[in-house]
Amino acid sequence: MTPTTSAAGTAPKTYAWEIHASGLRVRVGRRKTAVDGLDLSLGIGTHGLLGPNGAGKTTLIRTLATVLRPTEGELEMLGTRVGAMVDHRSLRRQIGYLPQEFGYYKRFTVREFVEYMAWLKEVPKADVPAAVQRAVERVGLADRADHRMKTLSGGMVRRAGIAQAIVNDPAVLLLDEPTVGLDPAQRLRFRELLQELGRDTCVVVSTHLVEDVAAACSDVVLLAEGRLVFQGTPDDLAAAGGPEHPGDSPLERGYSALLQGCEQPGGTW
Amino acid sequence: MSGEHASRRLLDDYARGDATMAADTVWALEAHLETCAPCRSHLAAGVATGAPGIATLLDTVRDALEPQLDAAVPAPSRRHRPRWVAAWLTPAMAPWLAMTVVVTLMALLLDAVAPPTFSGDTSPVSAIAPLLPLCGVAASWSRGLDPAHELTASTARAGLPLLLRRTTAVLVVVLPGLLVGGWLTGTMTAAQWLLPSLAFTSTALALGSVVGVTRAATGLALAWGVVVAPAWVTGHLPVVLRLVLQPDRLPVWGLLLALGTGAVIARRNAYSTL
Repeated sequence: MTPTTSAAGTAPKTYAWEIHASGLRVRVGRRKTAVDGLDLSLGIGTHGLLGPNGAGKTTLIRTLATVLRPTEGELEMLGTRVGAMVDHRSLRRQIGYLPQEFGYYKRFTVREFVEYMAWLKEVPKADVPAAVQRAVERVGLADRADHRMKTLSGGMVRRAGIAQAIVNDPAVLLLDEPTVGLDPAQRLRFRELLQELGRDTCVVVSTHLVEDVAAACSDVVLLAEGRLVFQGTPDDLAAAGGPEHPGDSPLERGYSALLQGCEQPGGTW
Repeated sequence: MSGEHASRRLLDDYARGDATMAADTVWALEAHLETCAPCRSHLAAGVATGAPGIATLLDTVRDALEPQLDAAVPAPSRRHRPRWVAAWLTPAMAPWLAMTVVVTLMALLLDAVAPPTFSGDTSPVSAIAPLLPLCGVAASWSRGLDPAHELTASTARAGLPLLLRRTTAVLVVVLPGLLVGGWLTGTMTAAQWLLPSLAFTSTALALGSVVGVTRAATGLALAWGVVVAPAWVTGHLPVVLRLVLQPDRLPVWGLLLALGTGAVIARRNAYSTL
């Protein structure tokens, strides 16, 4: 039996927002400032991160995952300041992260891989087998748990990636393009999982697919050129567009209406 | 303790499936039963006597299942990778460690067959010994070589402790090889290669906190290579190298080791976001 509550779970929160950024700048390489003065507050719920290519979605998610250091500005996660020369250990224990292109050891089985990630995330040793089994079952890979990673299809690898992200029951879950490679049925199942996770977790999902946002997200964050363009519910996004804007659905029209002022750096296509 | 256990009457009612029991009583009883073995055995006895219908139903199910369970083939036991291996080594490091071992053997071979005048009074093993751990260390925390680097970098264990674990694993593989080599050739004392290897390793880790471990290890290896390479071409060691590898230069290596270790400790938090 897994405990449904714990002392940590019922303790009062000492922060207003799970993720709070003000004036956040992140430089990638020498010149490019991928996130450029971002003010953002995210609480419990599923937040869809939308934006054109090169808008800084991946950089933002990598910064939230504490892989990249903020260059300037403030970033507070779960009440802890994120920055250089700070011990991120206790914060990282509560983060789940699925990178856009995630590497893995091909010879590991799914179970070994998720177990290894649970060990890296300092899940208490006694809880590891149960946590791994639960995570693997939640993504529907229980029958493949003892197969090697290299024998899995692309969609299954992605699901194994989602399993490792949720194995430590994170308070902040960061998913970068999680629906790439999933077939339509798996996408539906994944949206259900997202809604379920968003009830007690701050989930940030970056995606290109506007319909994913409509179906699974309680909140939309629209980025362009490293800045926040819009934050609100999917209905607000739909309301921003009119019939004169390009797009096949109200959300797509709202998306193009809000991005009209921002020229795409990669040329027009 | 008897006050904390469920009463027999309550258990009997529960076993009979009494629908008039209050819902909160049922919840409390079930929560208690989950953690209390004595009460569960009382309940089992209560089911046998108070609810023969349930007992016979269970027996029927068991009878029907047993042949199927006996016929089921147990899953073939897979060779399970011991968990502690992954805690110290990543699969990405294995080929680099293998290469290090091969290089050590080659150096020993050279040492055995090379004419004594080939490199003066310093054996080839002691010339390359400082470099040997660096190959493994470079692979231990590398964005390019380790496919799971991005995942690992965001986890709680990422940082100095994990890096030190992997470095230790490298040293555990490399040092015994050198130890045996030194003992076989008998030409060099343990301190002559041990201190330089450790000094190079700690310097690589210290520089790694600034420029990245792989870059630091590669840079050091290249720098050492530039110093040593003339020896292989001209057949005699440069004066500098001969000087630093003299047994009486050990305090210098010791100082370098201490400095490197100190720098690593001072910058211990910088490793968590490499």
